[in-house]
Amino acid sequence: MSLGPHADFIVAAYAVTLFVVAALIGWVVLDYVAQRRILGDLEERGLTRRSQRKG
Amino acid sequence: MPVVDLANPTRFLALVNRILPWLIAATAILFAVGLFRAMNAPDDYQQGATVKIMFLHVPAAWLGMFGWALMSVAALGTLVWRHPLADVAAKAAAPIGAAFTFICLVTGSLWGRPTWGTYWVWDARLTSMLVLLVLYFGVLALYWTAEEPGRGARAAAILSLVGAVNLPIIKFSVDWWNTLHQPASVFRMGGSTIDPAILGPLLIMALAFTFLFVTLHLAVMRNEILRRRVRSMRLIQAQELHA
Repeated sequence: MSLGPHADFIVAAYAVTLFVVAALIGWVVLDYVAQRRILGDLEERGLTRRSQRKG
Repeated sequence: MPVVDLANPTRFLALVNRILPWLIAATAILFAVGLFRAMNAPDDYQQGATVKIMFLHVPAAWLGMFGWALMSVAALGTLVWRHPLADVAAKAAAPIGAAFTFICLVTGSLWGRPTWGTYWVWDARLTSMLVLLVLYFGVLALYWTAEEPGRGARAAAILSLVGAVNLPIIKFSVDWWNTLHQPASVFRMGGSTIDPAILGPLLIMALAFTFLFVTLHLAVMRNEILRRRVRSMRLIQAQELHA
């Protein structure tokens, strides 16, 4: 596969896309881990949401 | 499970947890096939190898616009029915749509330099796409800076509906004005003008990007539901401390 005389532009386009998508995925995963951890801490302290309370 | 049950955040979360692994696998497979086909696609007779940038640029443009259309539909759910999941869907779509619009602008710019001889021109298609990115930043700023989330959601919903005017402008800008950007070449009356050897990988990449969008959107919606649970539990904690 030859990318011709404008290979730098093609490689840069794929690199930027990969970087943005990877950053997006990283943010989503880290945010999920953080929210699960905070929720776990709150539940450990005995806090529940109103909808989970009995009677 | 009836569709109406998905309006319940707990049931929605259960569904997302079940289908996310399958969506991730399907996205990975589609990208593997799409990238393989893209890398082995023949050069264009005019653009040469830079046509490979189109396999990123075109799907990113479609999904940047799709993200805003999704936010506009969700805005109706927020403003008319005041359904919390509608706002969750809109808020989750904003950063993803902004990222795809950014990819579209950067890859378009990198394609433009060797093909047009310039990174940027203020023609109607490019400018309206840049306006879309600015609108995305506006919505994100409303979400991130509102002290009361409900107020931020309503303001973002209004901006989403107003900003939807930009979508037909982007789509038809190449027909309404004399632009450097080429007119529609995939979805047009009379069929696509693209050679099947290039159209095939382009459509597979578009499907892969669509699956990526849906997967990320559901994952961000899940995070947002969890964030709202954390907030509501902290509010309860604060109320109990003051009681």
